Amino acid sequence: MTRESFLLRSTLAAGTAYGALSATPYITRALAAGTTGDIDILNYALTLEYLESTFYTLAIKQVSGLSAHDRRLAREIRDNEDAHVDALAATVKSLGGKPAAKPTFDFGNAFASADAFLKTANVLEDTGVSAYNGAAISIDSVDVLAAAGAIAQVEARHAALIRLTRGKPPAPLAFDKASEMPAVLKAVKPFITA
Amino acid sequence: MTDSALREIADDPSSRKRFFKMLGGAGAVGAATVLIAACGDDKKTTATTSARATTTPEANNASDLKIVNYALTLEYLEATFYQEVLDSGVIKDKKIGDLAKGLAAAEQQHVEALIATAKSLGGTPAAKPMTKFQDTIAKGADTILMTAATVENLGAAAYLGQAGNIKSRDILAAALSIHSVEARHAAALNELVGRGFGGRGGLEGSLPDGAFGKPMDMAAVLKAVAPFIAG
Repeated sequence: MTRESFLLRSTLAAGTAYGALSATPYITRALAAGTTGDIDILNYALTLEYLESTFYTLAIKQVSGLSAHDRRLAREIRDNEDAHVDALAATVKSLGGKPAAKPTFDFGNAFASADAFLKTANVLEDTGVSAYNGAAISIDSVDVLAAAGAIAQVEARHAALIRLTRGKPPAPLAFDKASEMPAVLKAVKPFITA
Repeated sequence: MTDSALREIADDPSSRKRFFKMLGGAGAVGAATVLIAACGDDKKTTATTSARATTTPEANNASDLKIVNYALTLEYLEATFYQEVLDSGVIKDKKIGDLAKGLAAAEQQHVEALIATAKSLGGTPAAKPMTKFQDTIAKGADTILMTAATVENLGAAAYLGQAGNIKSRDILAAALSIHSVEARHAAALNELVGRGFGGRGGLEGSLPDGAFGKPMDMAAVLKAVAPFIAG
């Protein structure tokens, strides 16, 4: 497949599946440049997005007693996380890299109740924001940086919406934390089994 | 969680229309020119994204200073708005009052951080702009919250629009840590006014652009905030 047809395909996939057509030229520009360092960062982000995507997919199936509001929110976030997975995997490939494999996850008792689900969602989203903020400054390509920023913003919005649902302050800090990769991987390690 | 009165306003197309008339109203060009002058900016330079490796340290500093002062101007607008809302006593609901206090405090911290950053670059921080929020505030809590919800979406888009232009890693880190907070404010306020996720672009909704936040460039942002700038 030529790069042109690849770009077109990923644009169409992201745009038609998620109604984000206006945003996708921006994302696909990210496919034009980058380095090995950027591939590593993208694969790190991809792993986190797999985690989130799987988490919400399972939650929608398994959590009993989710309110209509919370179910709507979980579905919307899952759709966003799926779009992030697709965009990041496509970007890694376009840079000549191999997308990280989807890990196997175990979310323990996170789906035992709506409260447990929302509490874990809160942790995952806040961790996601700090992970993007921490990794973004090491991105070489301006276009990959822009794409990472576009995703980070949506993670922050998810975090705020989940927090509001829990009756927690949506933005507890004036400056969001930036976490380095080891700290983030440690935080999500309990959920990754393989 | 969502107040039904707020939802009503959010669903009322006539109030929404009025709001956008206000955002894009007459006088925008003149005020934007003033604001650009205040930022020491030049429209021609705002769209470049690829100069990172080829310019001198001095040019990088100057470029970052422009972005920092642009962000500072936006933060001054937000901080002033929330402070005037609090001072007006218009907000009677304790929960909303507490929210406004939290927002005012956060934006004031952003102002102070950006002033310090401008100075660290050897520059002069942008002056606090003269603002005109009286009409918005006089319309009451619902209009105030709708305005805040839109302005926070604008703020998030403005930061995202500059991320790729910032040369210094430290300033990029600072901008990113503010960017995601603006996004949190935006999502929370849009949810509270009952706008739903949105997702079709524009400045309405808790997830207005779907899965990928959409940037706005300096010219578009300055045009959008122009109605709030006096002079």
